[in-house]
Amino acid sequence: MTYANGRFKIILTLIIALLLTVLPVPEPLNNFRPDWLFLVLGYWCMALPYRVNIGYAWITGLVLDLLLGAPLGIHSLALSIVIYIIVMNHRLIRNLSLWQQALVVGFLAGLNKLVVFWAEKLLFDITITPMYLWSILTTMLIWPWIFLILRKIRRQFAIS
Amino acid sequence: MKPIFATSTSLQLRLFFAVIASFSLIIFDSKFDSFSNVRVYLNTAVSPLIYAADIPSEMLKGVSNTVVTRRDLKKQVQEQREKLFIQQVQLLEFKHLKEENKRLRALLNSPVHADQRKLVAEIITVNSDPFSLQVVINKGAIDGIYIGQPILNEQGVVGQIVDVSATYSRVLLITDITHGIPVRVQRNDIRAIANGSGELNSLTLPYVPHSTDIQVGDVLVTSGLGGVFPEGYPVATITDFTYQMGQPYAQVEAKPIVALERIRYVLLIWDDEENTADNSTENNNVESPTNADKEGTL
Repeated sequence: MTYANGRFKIILTLIIALLLTVLPVPEPLNNFRPDWLFLVLGYWCMALPYRVNIGYAWITGLVLDLLLGAPLGIHSLALSIVIYIIVMNHRLIRNLSLWQQALVVGFLAGLNKLVVFWAEKLLFDITITPMYLWSILTTMLIWPWIFLILRKIRRQFAIS
Repeated sequence: MKPIFATSTSLQLRLFFAVIASFSLIIFDSKFDSFSNVRVYLNTAVSPLIYAADIPSEMLKGVSNTVVTRRDLKKQVQEQREKLFIQQVQLLEFKHLKEENKRLRALLNSPVHADQRKLVAEIITVNSDPFSLQVVINKGAIDGIYIGQPILNEQGVVGQIVDVSATYSRVLLITDITHGIPVRVQRNDIRAIANGSGELNSLTLPYVPHSTDIQVGDVLVTSGLGGVFPEGYPVATITDFTYQMGQPYAQVEAKPIVALERIRYVLLIWDDEENTADNSTENNNVESPTNADKEGTL
């Protein structure tokens, strides 16, 4: 019973993350948009790795592809890979301090972006600009807050 | 705590399947046209999220629409009235020219341009893939929109539809790196292809020999050769024409006529190929004898 209950809340946070990803912002700020989906998904995979893992990553990645109008499968691929790394090392990541976690998250967010870029590079003749990578910094900076908020939600609703 | 995984192989297996599934999706989606039908359903399933993401900007728009002074509105109405008056007068002239053009085309035995079905759509402001230049519009398959449909606005060509759902669709802008549009120079009918550069405000014309008579400031209009865009709509103006010795082709750049960063409304047109093809053949069939008659009487 609590299983299903918790699942709904997890999915709700993921939907909010997806909404924040497609929410329009003024053009100069767009490059600094944190990778919301990766942050939220990363938290759940670190906290509940036996419930939320590659399956969730693949499905939400697919929804993100549809929302962004990207070739299908691109974000699924990238998220599956980084979530795999998080789930494999979730014990290690849990024991790091918040700012150390932020560094790991920044590294993985960068990997996520690069996999997306490489996959699209296979299909189209695109080039990367340094602006594309600025969001890694904001993703890192916002990780502690996301972590604390989601932990509060997890404890409040006793999702385990 | 529960044991997480009996062995970690199950996770690796999952990753393996996820990667295989992703790659096959990427290949299916980009190489097979038949997959676009599946995409319509998937897009329709996520469309509530698109509309939800648009709510804040819609609200902002609503606020800015209500916070307008009476004086501004009055001024605006006056301006619009004058504009409408002038355009009505121009329309009279246009009607006359259209009739004349029709008659001349009939005389020349060329297909007569049929009136096209048109529909206005509004841009939904949502974030999209950073590697492609696209906008989302608030009309979809239920309005009869199809993939490959040309999109214009009052200034010129905007792009074409690449992705459809029931209630929204995605427009690939002409400056996207994957987009190419057949054009001709309005001044002297030289044909070329204008490829997107990946930057919002720049097109490039590849394979133009250095001796070609193209000048900075020339207007490019659609040539209608690709079969997607109807003929004669303005696309871009030439901004750069340079030739370096030793290079096989000149370097030609153009700037889209439409201010692509500021579009709010677009026009969808239905260029029913079958219908126009039928019409033209019918017209030819029907009108050749009459022409012959006319020639005979003349």
